[in-house]
Amino acid sequence: MAQIFHPSTNTISRVSLFSALFLIAFLLWVLAEIQRSPYVTEANMEREQPVQFSHKHHVADDGVDCRYCHTSVEISAFAGIPPTKTCMNCHSQIFRDSPYLEPVRESFRSGKPIEWTRVHQLADFVYFDHSIHVSKGVGCATCHGRVDQMPLVRQVVSLQMEWCLSCHRQPELYLRPREQVFNMGWQPPPNQLEQGRRLAKLYRVRRAEELTSCSTCHR
Amino acid sequence: MISVEHKHIKTTPHSGALDLAQVREKLRLCSSKQWWRSLEELAESPYFEEFLHREFPRHASEWADSLSRRGFLKLMAASLALAGLSGCAGKPRETIVPYARAPEEIVPGKPLFFATAMTLAGSAIGLLVESHEGRPTKIEGNPDHPASLGATDVFSQASVLTLYDPDRSQVLTYLGDIRPWGALLAEIRVQLERLRPRRGAGLHLLTETVVSPTLALQIRSLLSEFPGAKWHQYEPFGRDSAREGSRLVFGRYVNTLYEVDKADVIVALDADFLASGPGCLRYARQFARQRRPQPAGASMSRLYAVECTPSNTGAMADHRLPLRATQIETFAHLLAAAVRGEPKAAARVAYATWLQAVARDLLRHRSRSLVIAGEQQTAAAHAWAQVINHALGNFGSTVTHTDPVEAEPVHQMASLGELVADIDAGRVELLVIVDGNPVYNSPADLAFGGRLLKVPMRMHLSLYQDETSALCQWHIPETHYLEAWSDTRALDGTASIVQPLIAPLYSGKSAHEFLAAFTSQPERSGYDIVREYWKTQRPGADFERFWRKSLNDGVIEGTALPAITVAPKTDWITMQDRISTAATDDPQRTAENAATMEIVFRPDPAIFDGRFANNGWLQELPKPITRLTWENAALVSPVTAERLGLTYRISSTGGEHGQILVDVVELNYQGRSLRMPVWVVPGQAEGCVTLHLGYGRTRAGHVGTGTGFNAYLLRTSAAPLFGSGLALQKTAERLRLACVQLHHNMEGRELVRSATLQEFRQNPAFARELREEPAKSLSLYPGYKYEGYAWGMAIDLNACVGCNACVVACQAENNIPVVGRTEVMRGREMHWLRIDHYYRGSPDDPEMYFQPVPCMQCENAPCEVVCPVGATVHSAEGLNDMVYNRCVGTRYCSNNCPYKVRRFNFFRFSDWETPSLKLMRNPNVTVRSRGVMEKCTYCVQRINAVHIEAERENRSVRDSEIQTACQQACPAEAIIFGNINDRESRVAKLKAEPRNYALLGELNTRPRTTYLAAVRNPNPELEKGKDHGS
Repeated sequence: MAQIFHPSTNTISRVSLFSALFLIAFLLWVLAEIQRSPYVTEANMEREQPVQFSHKHHVADDGVDCRYCHTSVEISAFAGIPPTKTCMNCHSQIFRDSPYLEPVRESFRSGKPIEWTRVHQLADFVYFDHSIHVSKGVGCATCHGRVDQMPLVRQVVSLQMEWCLSCHRQPELYLRPREQVFNMGWQPPPNQLEQGRRLAKLYRVRRAEELTSCSTCHR
Repeated sequence: MISVEHKHIKTTPHSGALDLAQVREKLRLCSSKQWWRSLEELAESPYFEEFLHREFPRHASEWADSLSRRGFLKLMAASLALAGLSGCAGKPRETIVPYARAPEEIVPGKPLFFATAMTLAGSAIGLLVESHEGRPTKIEGNPDHPASLGATDVFSQASVLTLYDPDRSQVLTYLGDIRPWGALLAEIRVQLERLRPRRGAGLHLLTETVVSPTLALQIRSLLSEFPGAKWHQYEPFGRDSAREGSRLVFGRYVNTLYEVDKADVIVALDADFLASGPGCLRYARQFARQRRPQPAGASMSRLYAVECTPSNTGAMADHRLPLRATQIETFAHLLAAAVRGEPKAAARVAYATWLQAVARDLLRHRSRSLVIAGEQQTAAAHAWAQVINHALGNFGSTVTHTDPVEAEPVHQMASLGELVADIDAGRVELLVIVDGNPVYNSPADLAFGGRLLKVPMRMHLSLYQDETSALCQWHIPETHYLEAWSDTRALDGTASIVQPLIAPLYSGKSAHEFLAAFTSQPERSGYDIVREYWKTQRPGADFERFWRKSLNDGVIEGTALPAITVAPKTDWITMQDRISTAATDDPQRTAENAATMEIVFRPDPAIFDGRFANNGWLQELPKPITRLTWENAALVSPVTAERLGLTYRISSTGGEHGQILVDVVELNYQGRSLRMPVWVVPGQAEGCVTLHLGYGRTRAGHVGTGTGFNAYLLRTSAAPLFGSGLALQKTAERLRLACVQLHHNMEGRELVRSATLQEFRQNPAFARELREEPAKSLSLYPGYKYEGYAWGMAIDLNACVGCNACVVACQAENNIPVVGRTEVMRGREMHWLRIDHYYRGSPDDPEMYFQPVPCMQCENAPCEVVCPVGATVHSAEGLNDMVYNRCVGTRYCSNNCPYKVRRFNFFRFSDWETPSLKLMRNPNVTVRSRGVMEKCTYCVQRINAVHIEAERENRSVRDSEIQTACQQACPAEAIIFGNINDRESRVAKLKAEPRNYALLGELNTRPRTTYLAAVRNPNPELEKGKDHGS
């Protein structure tokens, strides 16, 4: 009886079995990468806002401190979005007639708040607290990026749990002196690890086991 | 609990009906006193055994509702497909809405606390209310307020749910049609002008007990403008007895206050002073402080309770005497005689030995003793309590008197009677009802509903469109106390400004604003009215400072009433002596009384007089002692049940868990009848049937309408407290009740531990010796190291009065849903903290103990190791963290929990749709969805909040800085939480006490929550034999 399968079939079947494993692994990797990609995390997507507010202009050009508007960042979980009144502190004097600012003036006249589109959107089961991060030496730019260079604010990191944990496991890699927290341009020194360890001790940053306990962020 | 040695007396399988003779036989055979939770546990019925052995009962997952299983699956398939599609849409965009102009002091994300006060039945509790961006979310007690001392009761804890209740009345109506406020003003104008020529004759005002000074002033000025008008006050539990008692014995109305912490011997005459009535929070705290014995040193007070139906106070008593309600006045009289050195007829009563021992104990503690008569006892019983206290020299030490707190103290039943007489005579033309629901809760013989319709014009101000609103032409929606300005007074007269936390959610009016409509300035705001009153009280330039300070403190300085000196009138005593010696000596009357049954009316421990019927938290709250939810029953003693052949059985089949079938009885009393389920209560006085009022509402709202049975239908104005002549008949009908007493049973392994003071002195570590705890090393798993904080809790069983405040506080703090009656019967109630109730000894007069059981936060937690998805894990500080977003709902953890403290969301029990309820949620706690396990977290949101604050200030968390919700609400300071790594912390010190023991410690779970064993202080004279008969 003639051979049904050519001898090369053996090789083909071996290769295909073997590559199937790789294919599955590859597909899993692709899925994981999609999960981490901006398509899912929505990082680096600029959002249309009701007012064309530029952080670049206000922070880099005018030198307004973060805390002028985000007033509760040092005392509350929520950093605070400024009331219309804060905008009008300056804009009742400058750019009084700018058409871009009409929504702001309208809000101030009517008392109806401006509805901003949220950019950094954490899952509802995460209880993030700005104040504790700021007081332990985590800079604004560490999570929010160079906001001073963004005309429209975008999220620069994934805000996924693995990203949070990368710092909660090793905070010393990211800590900076408290007085540099609001400095957008701060660069880690060459001896960051050493300085970070020193700062972690100085600021009494909790141990990694405590920082990675589930209830630290989830309740 | 039935111990192993007599398991062999197991009976043949029977119908599940309770066999009391068998229970007694078993108890007799037991060498030592046994712990038990329910009579069926004692009877060891096969039903109970099955009930017990199933964490999730048979068919628990079966779809038992009307929709068929097949129909359900079809629906699910369709919704699953649609859910898949919605996954493609990406995250929904959220907006951030800041203020246009930010109000001062509000920091988004930080709660603020405001002082206010809640008035209930003529007495106020000072509160601090937590507000998140203008939404009141949680009620705490005001430590500076004399009636609170920082604690709260169930009613104030649950009041925040009433505020957001979507069933609250939202519009002003005339004959059911919506009308503007102006229309009502016009109507009032017309009516008043019509009555003015007759100086207001025909105008009648019906209020509840008025303690608000401003409201009283408003009413008085209305009465001075219309001298012909009349003011009536009525509420079903208006404390008539206490007031009339003081008038009998002092000749005038006097307010009586107690200093429980100064008393070494306390006698409660049907008084539940630890858990109900004005001042119960204060008294419970004072009482608990006297009940912390040390092996050497601190002793404890002794409490005797004489009562007809078991109460929280009776459960705490060292000696308890079940007596019929009608006999308690006699008891008081005999005790007074014995204390005054007239050992007269006392010998004739069955409890003579008991009484004389109590009298001797009282006499040994002159001026350090206290006799308290209950709110639901007669005026004479109150008078006798005053006489005894006076004879013992307690006036000025444990008992103080002040002028009445009520603005106008009256006999309320008589006041309502006058109104009814006036209606009958056609003298009432305009009836203005402010608060209250007389159509529902007035005595049945007055037939108030029918009479009300004879009044030509009726107006009703209330929170709900209730039974009374339905019969009034005008209904005015009332503001909740968290929405309106007012003022009020506490038990000692201390005044507080009631400060609103939120603008009225609906177009409500406060009582002040409503009464202002009858004046020449009808549009004045409540704020102006209250402020103006206090301006007249504190004239001068510094009024603003006074006002701000009063608002800030929650109490107005210097308003407590000064103590007055009173003495009992001797002529009343001699007269009474003559009358009742004749009465008690009449053997015929005594025999007659013994043959008939007695009916006793009590406010419901959860929904009070019915006003909280639409509050789901209170409806689902297991009532102390009976642990019934969602309904009331006729409470009878085991002997009565046996005599009448009343049965009840439990069943664990058919997908129902906790289902208890009880007989329905027909109660016939003074020509009226009512059918009601019956409930056997160990410790109830024989021949006494207790009915809790407040149920059977017909217009309460979606939650409260139709729950339970309306016992007001049997209450008469002649005997509003109790009466004899009740006939009770068993019917063929049976009903299911939602009772949680059998749920989460831990199969008694010395769960509650208790000793007498003497035993404790001899062997302080008695509690630890009962069960051996394995060595720490005896575990397959490596131990955790706790370098920083290690959170722990100690619960003092000697302090816990079982008032349930912690349960509701936990529910409010942690967004715990209400599941409803049907789901409770399936064993799916969601309370994270439950109060187990244990009995010991004879079913006729058992000892009773309360045991709050939250999550034990075990160090070797059985739940953690069985979770396949890591949804419950150990935290570095020793908490068993529950991660809702990981939980897939296998329920393995709950199966493996020996303490039965985990709760599973079988459905989406939380209301995610009703907008007003969204305002109520604690924003710092996840609102759980279907299919998720949950449990007590030690209020981890509070731990984190304080943690973060301390970290920010670069310091450690101070002791007592973190208070869990249950701890904060507890009036008795029974729950203490803290860092056990800190040797100096309160919790560490309590855990070092010899009384400390771990629940099921023999399982080597190493629970972080431990208990301090109960110690009772019985009178050695009464210890032997306990021969008090009755």
